[in-house]
Amino acid sequence: MSPRLSSLLKDAALTAFVAAALGLFIVGFRTVDVGSTKGLAFDYELVDLAVAVVAIFVGRLGLSFASDGQRWPALILGAVLGAVGASPVRLPSTFLHWFVGLAGLLVIGRSLWPAAERAFGQARQSPQGRKLSAVGARWLAWVLLAAAVILPITPLADQKTMDLGVLILTYVMLGWGLNIVVGLAGLLDLGYVAFYAVGAYSYALLSTQLGLGFWAVLPLAGAFAATFGLVLGFPVLRLRGDYLAIVTLGFGEIIRLVLINWVDLTNGPAGIGGIPGPTLLGAVFAENAPPGQKTFAEMMGVPFDGTQRLVFLYYIILGLALITNLFALRMRRLPVGRAWEALREDEIACRALGINPTNTKLTAFAIGAMFAGFAGSFFAAKQRFVSPESFVFIESAIILAIVVLGGMGSQIGVVLAAVLLIGLPEWFRELGTYRMLAFGLAMVLIMIFRPRGLIAHRAPSLRLHEKPGGGGG
Amino acid sequence: MTADLPLIDVEHLTMRFGGLVAIDDVSFKAQPRQITAIIGPNGAGKTTVFNCITGFYKPTIGRLRLHGDREYLLERMLGHEIGQQARVARTFQNIRLFPGMTVLENLMVAQHNKLMRASGMSVFGLLGLKRYRVAEDAAVEKARGWLERIDLVADADRPAGELPYGAQRRLEIARAMCTEPCLLCLDEPAAGLNPRESAELNELLVSIRDRDGIGVLLIEHDMSVVMRISDHVVVLDYGRKIAEGMPDDVRRDPAVIHAYLGTGEEGADA
Repeated sequence: MSPRLSSLLKDAALTAFVAAALGLFIVGFRTVDVGSTKGLAFDYELVDLAVAVVAIFVGRLGLSFASDGQRWPALILGAVLGAVGASPVRLPSTFLHWFVGLAGLLVIGRSLWPAAERAFGQARQSPQGRKLSAVGARWLAWVLLAAAVILPITPLADQKTMDLGVLILTYVMLGWGLNIVVGLAGLLDLGYVAFYAVGAYSYALLSTQLGLGFWAVLPLAGAFAATFGLVLGFPVLRLRGDYLAIVTLGFGEIIRLVLINWVDLTNGPAGIGGIPGPTLLGAVFAENAPPGQKTFAEMMGVPFDGTQRLVFLYYIILGLALITNLFALRMRRLPVGRAWEALREDEIACRALGINPTNTKLTAFAIGAMFAGFAGSFFAAKQRFVSPESFVFIESAIILAIVVLGGMGSQIGVVLAAVLLIGLPEWFRELGTYRMLAFGLAMVLIMIFRPRGLIAHRAPSLRLHEKPGGGGG
Repeated sequence: MTADLPLIDVEHLTMRFGGLVAIDDVSFKAQPRQITAIIGPNGAGKTTVFNCITGFYKPTIGRLRLHGDREYLLERMLGHEIGQQARVARTFQNIRLFPGMTVLENLMVAQHNKLMRASGMSVFGLLGLKRYRVAEDAAVEKARGWLERIDLVADADRPAGELPYGAQRRLEIARAMCTEPCLLCLDEPAAGLNPRESAELNELLVSIRDRDGIGVLLIEHDMSVVMRISDHVVVLDYGRKIAEGMPDDVRRDPAVIHAYLGTGEEGADA
């Protein structure tokens, strides 16, 4: 036992040393401005560093114990870390409390993982477990939908939650739209945000220049974005894989640069403001109606409340997202949807079967673009201001990450991934700059434990036999 | 069509890749309702002939005349048009199923063009009109019929990639047949099959010829398949046609024996 222990200690010490060496320059000291005349000075935070290094040493030791199968030492070390993190002992910063506490949780989780996994695996193999998971898979979507529908009338619905809900649903919709292109048709599109921008600017320009309303522009915005998809797709869709990704990436940037530089039309980097919000049966959501119009509060005879507008926006985007979802699900069961999936699997075989690859890909590309256009015009109506800043590459990357992490082609996976990738960083905004660290960590963990996405299961688009029931084999 | 027209008439087919002449002035005919085998040692250009016929390569020289519901000049058509309009279906030497999709879905994808028309380019399908549902049910029934013939009904809802090798070969043939071809091109369908599976394949190919009345063009190394079921054999070596005729005549042809035995490849044992 003791040579084993010494090697574990050595390993933990090495880890702590690496952490110290890296952390010395990143955490250990920083330059601060000490006034205009004196210039810069160092601000040492070596105590913070020392606490972190000790936590890393203990944590690594705990993880090694856990992977060595020694559950109890690992649990004790984890408990100690967790207790220190949660205790009122004054650590130099709140972040360190979080850091130490989460490290403790990680160690405890790791030491309990094998047992939990075994128990879970057994439960899943048991007849009741099978039945339960079949039922769960069927009802999860409905439960989520019901929760989404009643959210605005629950006490949870304050301004912050509704804002976040609208944001998440926007990304769910974009994810579902991109899922058609990437998940079903297998076309890696890194410039999806370009179509989002086309939709947003369509509404911004048509409403401010021509005075058209949201509901009139919505289909137009979708049509414009789909047209852009066709125009772009026609020359580039004969490219495959990486090449297609690069061209779409370039297209995304071109659209943004055009928006910045075509000042006459788009007002350049300054953006377009004063975009009217969506109306409900002609009623506007504002405290004072513009001449000739009524406010929603007047129409309903209720006092004005700022959240009414948010709730309305929430239901619009919920409806749009559901339409996207239903459309995608329906398409998947049609010949064209099966052809998309077949193209993703093997393009050469598709050609041999007489399927026109270019047309099939174009439909996927254009339909995906259309939904981005819808989402874009909603975005413009929600923000009441658009500028090229909103349509940078990172947006495309996040939408793609939602699709990939969700499990390519899985609709419910997109929802979970959107909540995870958009919701969590917003909820953890208090973590400040560290929240992007948490974001990165979550992505790495998902890719390690669920390399094919959160929901990797593919349901057949049609069956010859009835689906086998919950029980039995 | 009149009886004396061949199903496909390959005239002076030549395919060059840069300086390499893969096929050199090959002409042959394949008759409807017959199995025509193309044999030859490795590298003789058999698959290249297939790739020209099915539109994956554009021939350097030559004319490929197909007499289906009308006359098609295959060398002038784009890849997918050959499957779509001229109705030439093919399988591949290295199986190319859609591995993540189920067996049934593979057969449904094969009926894409017919179903696309029935679904009104997806519009009727999206609206769930009866007209499309009827067409879809018919397509499923057609697929079920083929699954019965290749003995895969029980596996219909499994991903195609999970099937054993022999079943994947049979499924690829069934998928090609679901496109309702007038010419079926099979690239080494017996490769990797055990003797029992080979015998089953023979039965399947004979039934495709006799029951469905489809002309089959076959590349094969397995002489037990070639000699037993072919009506006509074309022998290629180094991109040239060295012999042609009935299986028994070809087997006794000195040039063929030399091509096979003289180079020490592929004993003509059957």
